[in-house]
Amino acid sequence: MKKIIMTGTLAALLTFGGLSVPALAGPVDVVVESAWSRASIGMNRPGAAYMTIRNTGDEPVTLIGLSTPLAMMPEIHETKTNAEGVSSMSAAGEIAIAPGESVALEPGGLHAMLMRLQQPMTEGETFPLTLLFVDGGEVTVEVPILGIAARGPED
Amino acid sequence: MRRRTIAGYGAAGAGAIALTLFVGWWRVDGPGAPEPIGQRPMALTEMDFRLTDHEGNEVGPETLIGRPTMAFFGFTYCPDVCPTTLSDISGWLDDLGDEAKQLNVVFITVDPERDTVEAMAEYVSYFHPAIRGWTGPEGQIARIADGFRAAYERVPTEGGDYTMNHTASVFLFGAAGRFVTMIDYHEPREFAVPKIRRALEEETEGAT
Repeated sequence: MKKIIMTGTLAALLTFGGLSVPALAGPVDVVVESAWSRASIGMNRPGAAYMTIRNTGDEPVTLIGLSTPLAMMPEIHETKTNAEGVSSMSAAGEIAIAPGESVALEPGGLHAMLMRLQQPMTEGETFPLTLLFVDGGEVTVEVPILGIAARGPED
Repeated sequence: MRRRTIAGYGAAGAGAIALTLFVGWWRVDGPGAPEPIGQRPMALTEMDFRLTDHEGNEVGPETLIGRPTMAFFGFTYCPDVCPTTLSDISGWLDDLGDEAKQLNVVFITVDPERDTVEAMAEYVSYFHPAIRGWTGPEGQIARIADGFRAAYERVPTEGGDYTMNHTASVFLFGAAGRFVTMIDYHEPREFAVPKIRRALEEETEGAT
Protein backbone atom coordinates (compact mmCIF):
# COMPACT_ATOMS: atom_id res chain seq x y z
CA MET A 1 0.00 0.00 0.00
CA LYS A 2 1.31 3.36 -0.99
CA LYS A 3 0.94 6.34 1.28
CA ILE A 4 -1.45 8.68 -0.46
CA ILE A 5 -0.19 12.07 0.69
CA MET A 6 1.64 13.56 -2.20
CA THR A 7 2.38 16.76 -3.95
CA GLY A 8 1.65 17.42 -7.57
CA THR A 9 5.28 16.72 -8.41
CA LEU A 10 5.24 13.34 -6.74
CA ALA A 11 1.91 12.57 -8.40
CA ALA A 12 3.41 13.45 -11.76
CA LEU A 13 6.44 11.29 -11.01
CA LEU A 14 4.33 8.29 -10.11
CA THR A 15 2.18 8.80 -13.17
CA PHE A 16 5.31 8.95 -15.26
CA GLY A 17 6.55 5.78 -13.58
CA GLY A 18 3.31 4.05 -14.52
CA LEU A 19 2.84 2.90 -10.92
CA SER A 20 -0.46 4.61 -10.38
CA VAL A 21 -2.47 7.50 -11.68
CA PRO A 22 -3.22 9.69 -8.70
CA ALA A 23 -5.52 12.63 -9.16
CA LEU A 24 -5.81 15.52 -6.75
CA ALA A 25 -7.49 18.01 -9.04
CA GLY A 26 -10.75 18.52 -7.16
CA PRO A 27 -11.66 19.61 -3.65
CA VAL A 28 -12.71 16.01 -2.93
CA ASP A 29 -10.32 13.90 -0.85
CA VAL A 30 -10.23 11.14 -3.40
CA VAL A 31 -7.31 9.40 -5.04
CA VAL A 32 -7.65 7.36 -8.19
CA GLU A 33 -5.14 4.56 -8.65
CA SER A 34 -4.32 2.00 -11.33
CA ALA A 35 -6.56 3.48 -14.00
CA TRP A 36 -6.55 1.70 -17.35
CA SER A 37 -8.73 1.00 -20.34
CA ARG A 38 -8.69 -1.11 -23.47
CA ALA A 39 -8.21 0.13 -27.00
CA SER A 40 -11.35 0.16 -29.14
CA ILE A 41 -12.01 -1.05 -32.65
CA GLY A 42 -13.27 2.11 -34.29
CA MET A 43 -15.95 4.20 -32.59
CA ASN A 44 -19.12 2.12 -32.77
CA ARG A 45 -18.46 -0.13 -29.80
CA PRO A 46 -18.57 1.14 -26.23
CA GLY A 47 -15.30 1.27 -24.30
CA ALA A 48 -14.65 0.45 -20.65
CA ALA A 49 -12.23 1.92 -18.11
CA TYR A 50 -11.15 0.53 -14.76
CA MET A 51 -9.55 2.03 -11.65
CA THR A 52 -9.55 2.06 -7.87
CA ILE A 53 -11.20 5.08 -6.26
CA ARG A 54 -10.00 5.70 -2.72
CA ASN A 55 -11.62 8.07 -0.24
CA THR A 56 -8.68 9.54 1.70
CA GLY A 57 -10.78 12.09 3.59
CA ASP A 58 -12.75 12.00 6.84
CA GLU A 59 -16.17 12.34 5.21
CA PRO A 60 -18.07 9.89 3.00
CA VAL A 61 -18.04 10.74 -0.70
CA THR A 62 -20.63 9.81 -3.29
CA LEU A 63 -19.72 9.35 -6.93
CA ILE A 64 -22.68 10.41 -9.07
CA GLY A 65 -21.34 10.48 -12.59
CA LEU A 66 -18.55 10.79 -15.14
CA SER A 67 -17.56 13.14 -17.88
CA THR A 68 -14.96 12.86 -20.62
CA PRO A 69 -14.38 14.44 -24.02
CA LEU A 70 -13.82 10.89 -25.32
CA ALA A 71 -17.43 9.72 -24.99
CA MET A 72 -20.83 11.41 -25.11
CA MET A 73 -22.36 9.05 -22.59
CA PRO A 74 -19.94 7.85 -19.93
CA GLU A 75 -21.62 5.99 -17.06
CA ILE A 76 -20.65 3.71 -14.22
CA HIS A 77 -22.04 0.28 -15.05
CA GLU A 78 -21.99 -2.97 -13.21
CA THR A 79 -21.72 -6.44 -14.70
CA LYS A 80 -23.59 -9.09 -12.74
CA THR A 81 -23.53 -12.82 -13.33
CA ASN A 82 -26.50 -14.79 -12.01
CA ALA A 83 -26.69 -18.36 -10.69
CA GLU A 84 -27.27 -19.68 -14.23
CA GLY A 85 -24.04 -18.03 -15.42
CA VAL A 86 -25.81 -15.32 -17.42
CA SER A 87 -24.03 -11.95 -17.37
CA SER A 88 -25.86 -8.67 -17.67
CA MET A 89 -24.89 -5.02 -17.36
CA SER A 90 -26.78 -2.08 -15.93
CA ALA A 91 -26.12 1.45 -14.65
CA ALA A 92 -24.74 1.26 -11.15
CA GLY A 93 -26.32 4.51 -9.89
CA GLU A 94 -24.63 6.47 -7.13
CA ILE A 95 -21.63 4.94 -5.43
CA ALA A 96 -20.96 5.92 -1.82
CA ILE A 97 -17.41 5.47 -0.52
CA ALA A 98 -16.88 5.62 3.25
CA PRO A 99 -13.83 7.44 4.69
CA GLY A 100 -10.72 5.33 4.26
CA GLU A 101 -12.51 2.89 1.95
CA SER A 102 -12.06 2.34 -1.75
CA VAL A 103 -14.14 1.07 -4.62
CA ALA A 104 -12.60 -1.04 -7.35
CA LEU A 105 -13.76 -0.72 -10.93
CA GLU A 106 -12.49 -3.97 -12.39
CA PRO A 107 -13.32 -6.46 -15.16
CA GLY A 108 -16.53 -8.36 -14.48
CA GLY A 109 -17.82 -5.87 -11.91
CA LEU A 110 -18.08 -2.10 -11.81
CA HIS A 111 -16.63 -0.27 -14.79
CA ALA A 112 -16.72 3.13 -16.42
CA MET A 113 -18.73 2.39 -19.55
CA LEU A 114 -17.81 4.80 -22.33
CA MET A 115 -20.76 4.97 -24.69
CA ARG A 116 -20.82 6.96 -27.96
CA LEU A 117 -17.11 7.36 -28.44
CA GLN A 118 -16.11 10.59 -30.13
CA GLN A 119 -12.85 9.13 -31.35
CA PRO A 120 -11.26 5.68 -31.39
CA MET A 121 -9.38 4.59 -28.28
CA THR A 122 -5.83 4.05 -29.48
CA GLU A 123 -3.34 1.88 -27.62
CA GLY A 124 -0.54 3.94 -26.06
CA GLU A 125 -2.64 7.12 -25.75
CA THR A 126 -4.44 8.44 -22.69
CA PHE A 127 -7.69 10.32 -22.15
CA PRO A 128 -8.99 12.50 -19.29
CA LEU A 129 -11.90 11.12 -17.26
CA THR A 130 -13.60 13.32 -14.66
CA LEU A 131 -15.37 11.77 -11.70
CA LEU A 132 -18.30 13.88 -10.46
CA PHE A 133 -19.24 13.80 -6.79
CA VAL A 134 -22.53 14.70 -5.13
CA ASP A 135 -21.11 17.77 -3.36
CA GLY A 136 -20.03 19.27 -6.69
CA GLY A 137 -16.43 18.12 -6.33
CA GLU A 138 -14.59 16.72 -9.32
CA VAL A 139 -11.51 14.60 -9.75
CA THR A 140 -9.91 14.22 -13.16
CA VAL A 141 -7.66 11.31 -13.97
CA GLU A 142 -5.64 10.61 -17.09
CA VAL A 143 -6.50 7.05 -18.15
CA PRO A 144 -3.91 5.09 -20.16
CA ILE A 145 -5.26 3.09 -23.11
CA LEU A 146 -3.77 -0.41 -23.24
CA GLY A 147 -4.23 -3.14 -25.84
CA ILE A 148 -7.63 -4.74 -26.55
CA ALA A 149 -6.50 -7.95 -24.87
CA ALA A 150 -5.15 -6.22 -21.72
CA ARG A 151 -6.10 -7.91 -18.49
CA GLY A 152 -5.08 -5.27 -15.96
CA PRO A 153 -3.23 -2.00 -15.44
CA GLU A 154 0.17 -3.70 -15.77
CA ASP A 155 -0.51 -5.36 -19.11
CA MET B 1 -52.62 -25.54 33.48
CA ARG B 2 -52.88 -22.35 31.53
CA ARG B 3 -49.12 -22.05 31.50
CA ARG B 4 -48.86 -25.58 30.17
CA THR B 5 -51.35 -24.73 27.41
CA ILE B 6 -49.29 -21.72 26.42
CA ALA B 7 -46.15 -23.85 26.46
CA GLY B 8 -48.02 -26.36 24.29
CA TYR B 9 -48.99 -23.67 21.81
CA GLY B 10 -45.41 -22.48 21.85
CA ALA B 11 -44.11 -25.96 21.10
CA ALA B 12 -46.70 -26.45 18.36
CA GLY B 13 -45.77 -23.05 16.90
CA ALA B 14 -42.07 -23.85 16.97
CA GLY B 15 -42.85 -27.22 15.39
CA ALA B 16 -44.88 -25.51 12.65
CA ILE B 17 -42.06 -23.08 11.97
CA ALA B 18 -39.52 -25.91 11.86
CA LEU B 19 -41.78 -27.85 9.48
CA THR B 20 -42.22 -24.78 7.27
CA LEU B 21 -38.48 -24.23 7.17
CA PHE B 22 -37.89 -27.90 6.41
CA VAL B 23 -40.46 -27.93 3.60
CA GLY B 24 -38.94 -24.74 2.25
CA TRP B 25 -35.45 -26.25 2.32
CA TRP B 26 -36.70 -29.47 0.71
CA ARG B 27 -38.30 -27.59 -2.18
CA VAL B 28 -35.59 -24.99 -2.74
CA ASP B 29 -32.24 -26.57 -1.89
CA GLY B 30 -33.05 -30.12 -0.85
CA PRO B 31 -33.95 -33.25 -2.80
CA GLY B 32 -37.26 -31.69 -3.87
CA ALA B 33 -35.55 -28.80 -5.67
CA PRO B 34 -36.48 -28.40 -9.34
CA GLU B 35 -33.89 -29.24 -11.98
CA PRO B 36 -31.67 -26.19 -12.44
CA ILE B 37 -32.50 -24.15 -15.55
CA GLY B 38 -28.91 -24.44 -16.74
CA GLN B 39 -29.09 -28.11 -17.69
CA ARG B 40 -26.13 -30.09 -18.90
CA PRO B 41 -25.14 -29.19 -22.46
CA MET B 42 -25.78 -31.79 -25.14
CA ALA B 43 -22.91 -33.74 -26.68
CA LEU B 44 -21.62 -32.04 -29.82
CA THR B 45 -22.56 -35.19 -31.75
CA GLU B 46 -26.23 -34.54 -30.87
CA MET B 47 -26.16 -30.90 -31.96
CA ASP B 48 -27.26 -29.58 -35.32
CA PHE B 49 -26.28 -26.11 -36.54
CA ARG B 50 -24.60 -24.43 -39.53
CA LEU B 51 -22.48 -21.36 -38.91
CA THR B 52 -19.63 -19.45 -40.60
CA ASP B 53 -16.20 -18.92 -39.06
CA HIS B 54 -14.31 -15.63 -39.22
CA GLU B 55 -12.50 -16.79 -42.37
CA GLY B 56 -15.77 -17.50 -44.17
CA ASN B 57 -15.66 -21.30 -43.81
CA GLU B 58 -18.89 -23.17 -43.17
CA VAL B 59 -18.76 -24.87 -39.78
CA GLY B 60 -20.95 -27.21 -37.76
CA PRO B 61 -20.66 -29.66 -34.85
CA GLU B 62 -18.51 -31.97 -37.01
CA THR B 63 -15.89 -29.19 -37.24
CA LEU B 64 -15.26 -29.67 -33.52
CA ILE B 65 -15.45 -33.44 -33.14
CA GLY B 66 -12.10 -35.21 -33.08
CA ARG B 67 -10.38 -32.63 -30.90
CA PRO B 68 -11.24 -31.24 -27.46
CA THR B 69 -13.16 -27.99 -27.59
CA MET B 70 -13.30 -24.83 -25.52
CA ALA B 71 -16.22 -22.58 -26.47
CA PHE B 72 -17.69 -19.33 -25.22
CA PHE B 73 -20.67 -17.11 -26.15
CA GLY B 74 -20.39 -13.34 -26.38
CA PHE B 75 -20.53 -10.38 -28.76
CA THR B 76 -17.98 -7.91 -30.01
CA TYR B 77 -19.91 -4.84 -28.78
CA CYS B 78 -19.46 -6.15 -25.23
CA PRO B 79 -17.08 -3.82 -23.38
CA ASP B 80 -16.37 -5.79 -20.22
CA VAL B 81 -17.05 -9.52 -19.92
CA CYS B 82 -16.18 -10.59 -23.48
CA PRO B 83 -12.76 -8.95 -23.86
CA THR B 84 -11.97 -10.08 -20.31
CA THR B 85 -12.91 -13.68 -21.04
CA LEU B 86 -11.10 -13.68 -24.38
CA SER B 87 -8.00 -12.28 -22.65
CA ASP B 88 -8.32 -14.95 -19.95
CA ILE B 89 -8.67 -17.67 -22.60
CA SER B 90 -5.62 -16.25 -24.40
CA GLY B 91 -3.71 -16.43 -21.10
CA TRP B 92 -4.76 -20.05 -20.47
CA LEU B 93 -3.69 -20.98 -24.00
CA ASP B 94 -0.32 -19.35 -23.37
CA ASP B 95 -0.02 -21.37 -20.11
CA LEU B 96 -0.86 -24.60 -21.94
CA GLY B 97 1.80 -23.91 -24.58
CA ASP B 98 2.03 -26.76 -27.08
CA GLU B 99 -0.90 -28.59 -25.49
CA ALA B 100 -3.15 -25.74 -26.64
CA LYS B 101 -2.54 -26.77 -30.25
CA GLN B 102 -4.75 -29.83 -29.69
CA LEU B 103 -7.75 -27.65 -28.79
CA ASN B 104 -10.55 -26.10 -30.80
CA VAL B 105 -11.20 -22.66 -29.31
CA VAL B 106 -14.38 -20.97 -30.45
CA PHE B 107 -15.98 -17.62 -29.67
CA ILE B 108 -19.64 -17.73 -30.77
CA THR B 109 -21.51 -14.45 -31.16
CA VAL B 110 -25.02 -14.02 -29.79
CA ASP B 111 -25.34 -10.76 -31.76
CA PRO B 112 -25.13 -11.79 -35.45
CA GLU B 113 -26.85 -8.58 -36.52
CA ARG B 114 -23.72 -6.55 -35.70
CA ASP B 115 -21.16 -9.37 -35.63
CA THR B 116 -20.66 -10.11 -39.29
CA VAL B 117 -17.88 -12.42 -40.49
CA GLU B 118 -15.68 -9.34 -41.04
CA ALA B 119 -16.42 -7.95 -37.57
CA MET B 120 -15.57 -11.32 -36.02
CA ALA B 121 -12.36 -11.56 -38.07
CA GLU B 122 -11.13 -8.19 -36.87
CA TYR B 123 -12.13 -8.82 -33.27
CA VAL B 124 -10.51 -12.24 -32.83
CA SER B 125 -7.31 -10.99 -34.47
CA TYR B 126 -6.51 -9.10 -31.25
CA PHE B 127 -6.49 -12.26 -29.14
CA HIS B 128 -4.71 -15.65 -29.18
CA PRO B 129 -4.41 -16.92 -32.77
CA ALA B 130 -6.06 -20.24 -31.85
CA ILE B 131 -9.39 -18.47 -31.18
CA ARG B 132 -11.95 -18.85 -33.99
CA GLY B 133 -14.95 -16.53 -34.25
CA TRP B 134 -18.29 -18.01 -35.34
CA THR B 135 -21.38 -16.19 -36.53
CA GLY B 136 -24.42 -17.04 -38.63
CA PRO B 137 -28.15 -16.55 -39.06
CA GLU B 138 -30.15 -15.81 -35.92
CA GLY B 139 -31.96 -19.16 -36.11
CA GLN B 140 -28.68 -21.11 -36.23
CA ILE B 141 -27.24 -19.13 -33.30
CA ALA B 142 -30.41 -20.08 -31.39
CA ARG B 143 -29.79 -23.76 -32.21
CA ILE B 144 -26.19 -23.85 -31.03
CA ALA B 145 -27.09 -21.90 -27.87
CA ASP B 146 -29.89 -24.37 -27.22
CA GLY B 147 -27.49 -27.29 -27.61
CA PHE B 148 -25.11 -25.71 -25.13
CA ARG B 149 -28.08 -24.79 -22.85
CA ALA B 150 -26.73 -21.25 -23.06
CA ALA B 151 -29.02 -18.26 -22.66
CA TYR B 152 -28.93 -14.87 -24.36
CA GLU B 153 -31.25 -11.92 -24.58
CA ARG B 154 -31.26 -8.61 -26.42
CA VAL B 155 -31.68 -5.65 -24.05
CA PRO B 156 -32.41 -2.13 -25.36
CA THR B 157 -30.25 0.67 -23.96
CA GLU B 158 -30.64 4.45 -23.98
CA GLY B 159 -30.47 6.12 -27.36
CA GLY B 160 -31.84 3.21 -29.39
CA ASP B 161 -28.81 0.96 -28.95
CA TYR B 162 -28.89 -2.47 -27.41
CA THR B 163 -26.70 -4.79 -25.45
CA MET B 164 -26.84 -8.55 -24.97
CA ASN B 165 -27.16 -10.50 -21.75
CA HIS B 166 -25.58 -13.89 -22.23
CA THR B 167 -24.14 -16.98 -20.57
CA ALA B 168 -20.56 -16.08 -19.75
CA SER B 169 -19.27 -19.55 -18.82
CA VAL B 170 -16.58 -21.23 -20.90
CA PHE B 171 -17.66 -24.71 -22.07
CA LEU B 172 -15.28 -27.66 -22.38
CA PHE B 173 -15.94 -30.75 -24.50
CA GLY B 174 -13.81 -33.85 -25.00
CA ALA B 175 -12.52 -34.96 -28.40
CA ALA B 176 -15.47 -37.34 -28.84
CA GLY B 177 -17.84 -34.39 -28.36
CA ARG B 178 -18.94 -35.21 -24.84
CA PHE B 179 -19.48 -32.24 -22.50
CA VAL B 180 -16.79 -32.33 -19.78
CA THR B 181 -17.20 -29.25 -17.62
CA MET B 182 -17.41 -25.50 -17.69
CA ILE B 183 -15.42 -22.64 -16.28
CA ASP B 184 -17.78 -20.19 -14.61
CA TYR B 185 -17.16 -16.50 -14.93
CA HIS B 186 -16.60 -15.94 -11.23
CA GLU B 187 -14.54 -19.05 -10.66
CA PRO B 188 -10.97 -18.50 -9.42
CA ARG B 189 -8.90 -18.36 -12.56
CA GLU B 190 -6.27 -20.86 -11.32
CA PHE B 191 -8.88 -23.63 -11.65
CA ALA B 192 -9.23 -23.01 -15.36
CA VAL B 193 -6.06 -24.59 -16.73
CA PRO B 194 -6.53 -27.88 -14.77
CA LYS B 195 -10.09 -28.06 -16.10
CA ILE B 196 -8.86 -27.59 -19.67
CA ARG B 197 -6.31 -30.38 -19.06
CA ARG B 198 -9.22 -32.61 -18.00
CA ALA B 199 -10.87 -32.00 -21.36
CA LEU B 200 -7.55 -32.78 -23.05
CA GLU B 201 -7.23 -36.04 -21.07
CA GLU B 202 -10.75 -36.96 -22.12
CA GLU B 203 -9.28 -37.19 -25.61
CA THR B 204 -6.60 -39.65 -24.49
CA GLU B 205 -9.22 -41.82 -22.78
CA GLY B 206 -11.37 -41.72 -25.88
CA ALA B 207 -8.45 -42.76 -28.05
CA THR B 208 -7.44 -45.77 -25.95
